[in-house]
Amino acid sequence: MSRIGATFDRLHGEHRQALVPFVVAGDPDLATTGQAVRALARAGADMIELGVPFSDPVADGPINQRAYQRALAGGVTVRDVIELVGQARSAVPVVLLSYYNPIVQYGVGRFCADAARHGVDGVVIPDLPADEADELVTAARPVGLDTIFLLAPTSTDARIRVVAGRSSGFIYGVSVTGVTGVRDRLPEEIQELVERIRKVTRVPVCVGFGVSTPVQARRVAEIADGVIVGSALVALLEQPGDKVARLEQFVRELREAMDAVGARGAGPS
Amino acid sequence: MASVTQKGRFGKYGGRYVPETLIPALDELEQEYERYRQDRLFQEELAYYLQRYCGRPTPLYLAERLTDTLGGARIYLKREDLLHTGAHKINNTMGQVLLAHRMGKGRVIAETGAGQHGVATATAAAMFGLACDVYMGAEDMVRQELNVFRMRLLGARVIPVESGSRTLKDAINEALRDWVTNVRTTFYVIGSVVGPHPYPSMVRDFQSVIGREVRAQITAEIERLPDYLVACVGGGSNAMGLFYPFIDDPEVKMVGVEAGGLGVATGHHAATLVAGTPGVLHGAFSYLLQDGAGQISSTHSVSAGLDYPGVGPEHSYFKETGRAQYVAVSDQDALEGFRLLSQTEGIIPALEPAHAIAYLRTLVPTLSRDHVVVVGLSGRGDKDVQHVSRIVQSSIDASSRPADATPRIRQSKFAGTPADKAQGGPP
Repeated sequence: MSRIGATFDRLHGEHRQALVPFVVAGDPDLATTGQAVRALARAGADMIELGVPFSDPVADGPINQRAYQRALAGGVTVRDVIELVGQARSAVPVVLLSYYNPIVQYGVGRFCADAARHGVDGVVIPDLPADEADELVTAARPVGLDTIFLLAPTSTDARIRVVAGRSSGFIYGVSVTGVTGVRDRLPEEIQELVERIRKVTRVPVCVGFGVSTPVQARRVAEIADGVIVGSALVALLEQPGDKVARLEQFVRELREAMDAVGARGAGPS
Repeated sequence: MASVTQKGRFGKYGGRYVPETLIPALDELEQEYERYRQDRLFQEELAYYLQRYCGRPTPLYLAERLTDTLGGARIYLKREDLLHTGAHKINNTMGQVLLAHRMGKGRVIAETGAGQHGVATATAAAMFGLACDVYMGAEDMVRQELNVFRMRLLGARVIPVESGSRTLKDAINEALRDWVTNVRTTFYVIGSVVGPHPYPSMVRDFQSVIGREVRAQITAEIERLPDYLVACVGGGSNAMGLFYPFIDDPEVKMVGVEAGGLGVATGHHAATLVAGTPGVLHGAFSYLLQDGAGQISSTHSVSAGLDYPGVGPEHSYFKETGRAQYVAVSDQDALEGFRLLSQTEGIIPALEPAHAIAYLRTLVPTLSRDHVVVVGLSGRGDKDVQHVSRIVQSSIDASSRPADATPRIRQSKFAGTPADKAQGGPP
């Protein structure tokens, strides 16, 4: 079983939900990201999602777009991010989020092999739908890299079956029809999406896109197996001062809010 | 040659590389488009608007003084510049906006570079009564101020795009983000044969009216097919529209002319097929201009409509199979083409087809009078006059007429030249 699968098994046993913070690798530089990985794990992250910078991130809102630009200004590449993961030796599983073209140019097979060897546990590609992913899935399976696909509120039940069949580790449930970003309110349709996914598969479902506050994280934890928080953390990296300390503090707050749910035994199964 | 194989592929090119949120919308679009493609009433309605509203069929015009000046094959111009709104873009937007109307979508969005596709979308939306938002790079809004005003006059909202390079590529990113957000109520009118399946096929089909007309017109005139088709390629919609009805005729050679900018060797260009490599951008696997790490390059062209780092996937397929050739023409040569057509034929071309005109100076002298070349004159140059005047300032006047633009008087098709009359005594 993969490190991600084992993490969900443990969390289910504890009636807790996964907290998955996201930052862009190389924002503002790779050294800070290395520190952030350790700090996020200390603060209670169950997995860490690292963004590989891309010039044209069509699924992302302005906060993450700026983060990608900062990382690209430092010349950060797929290879740098894979090596960062190797050096960080994270105590918790690490998932890379990358748009497809940097992986295509690196070579899909080589990417999967190198990522797995450096300790990457899974990959999310927001512009690679499951039915275009033959090459990725074929290369990822033998090296033990989990392939995490997305499902959205617009996904039909037929799509859910396609995506569930190719997903391992977890399924990324997109909370809104829209791009990543900080939102005041989350739509009601998340719960319906998660329920429809659960009718089809036992693969855990983590929900992201717009989850920005401890209160929202708690609400999502009542519904899903995990909570992905991205833009709200990335926004903290835009402020001057001790960025890593701020990340750590905010993730602690998210963790405390979510664990208040777990104690009530609201987890699935 | 049936180009589309499974899942919207042209060979290995094409596909649907978009966020999952859009997949159901693309499935719906594919089904609806397939239905209306075979729906007689839809096709009749589209043909009606293309004829009565847009001005089709456009003339196929024998450019005699241009032919004489270049001294080689006979050159015919397919006059898409005479269409309503001044470019071939309206062929596609009438089709897509009519489809949006049939599908019950109340709002259309579009991206635009030079503004021609934005104007054509705003025009069709005004005509059908749909709300229209156009994304345009902030940089392009400055370069093409007049088209911004035209779109607003037509009732569209023009949304400046401040991200990335603030040009066409970024406008497409932002339109895709809007579509992801408002996908249930919004139809995305893509302006070229790019994007995820089914857009490259659908836009090709709407633009193929160009090549179908050329086929009928040239056959009526010379009783055979042309030897060459030449058209400029940015995303590649006007070239695809011209080429596609001839792809099964191997005797018809096809040349796509890309923007060579300051020169392909300088790196400041938009010659995607000539100098790029395959990759994934804006929903399709196709040739791209990118660096070794897969980051999309910034491009340069004097023509905003060609200033794009991608190209339609079916063109990538044509390049790979050799069905079409692709070449690059520099900014400077394109400006010469702009002047050449203006001064030999009294037709001011858009800067985009000025690249195709410029390439004729290379191609045509290698051919004889027995050969026939058809050029896609995709748009008129009104939008570019101010831009060009800033670049070349006062260098365009009679004294700087290019050496190959001989001031020879045109021979009348119907009554001989004035000189003939003078020699022939009183009429």
